Amino acid sequence: MNIVASLVCGLIFGAGLVISGMTQPAKVLGFLDIFGRWDPTLAFVIAGAIAVSAAGFALARRAGAPVFAARHLWPTRKDIDRPLVAGALLFGVGWGLVGLCPGPAVVNIATLSPRLLLFVLAMIAGMALQGWRQSRADTTASRADGGITLAPTDG
Amino acid sequence: MAPFDPLLALLGGALIGVASVLLMMLTGRIAGISGILGGLLAPGAKDKAWRIAFVVGLIAAPLIFAAMGRSLAVPDMPASWLVVAAAGLLVGFGTRLGSGCTSGHGVCGIARLSPRSIVATAIFMVAAVATVAIMRHGLGG
Repeated sequence: MNIVASLVCGLIFGAGLVISGMTQPAKVLGFLDIFGRWDPTLAFVIAGAIAVSAAGFALARRAGAPVFAARHLWPTRKDIDRPLVAGALLFGVGWGLVGLCPGPAVVNIATLSPRLLLFVLAMIAGMALQGWRQSRADTTASRADGGITLAPTDG
Repeated sequence: MAPFDPLLALLGGALIGVASVLLMMLTGRIAGISGILGGLLAPGAKDKAWRIAFVVGLIAAPLIFAAMGRSLAVPDMPASWLVVAAAGLLVGFGTRLGSGCTSGHGVCGIARLSPRSIVATAIFMVAAVATVAIMRHGLGG
């Protein structure tokens, strides 16, 4: 059931990106281009998404355990560390270069656009590179302190 | 390019919110796309099935719209191949290093009032705006 639920959630998420026009990099760049002909679409999309999420998450916290899982995996970290800042900075530059973030990039796979597919492959390579760096760092850390607990990520 | 339509933007955003809330209420997971993808790349991880299902849903969404008669719009990417590849690398590496992207930090994290997500979102927004300003209008405007 977990798998069916995830599939349906992916479909709804993708439908939201398609309907709002956020699968079009030109719309995203139009929002980011505050010195050009500014397109406020992305602000409305994020505002709508945050409003529904904030209300729904409040309900979820009160409702007890998830339907198909033992517990909610809420992120717990509160510290602002260097990887968070550096990662957000690098992501922002990449996002601004072509107007694609991970969600719209994946939703666009079905168009089979060669440029889009190149972007997705490069994105996966970048993710794998950081995953490899992280696993190396974790191995070193676990050797040093004899066993570690993985910090939960934010999203 | 489609003109600005505030109602469609809000409706699309609300659907993204509904998907994030449903995923948390049903499976206990945060709907962060970079986190979901990153978990697929980790060797030996056991929780890959739900991640694959979510990604299949994302890819299938525009195909369902296409089956209903809406055209499958090819994304307009005028940048050179080299810039496209560099952008993909930066987005992939950066979102994993910073543990989140527009969905995980920008939507779910801000909805939870997470200080990490508020800081991350402010940083990637400013970096993206600055990048577009330089690319489109040149240094110093």
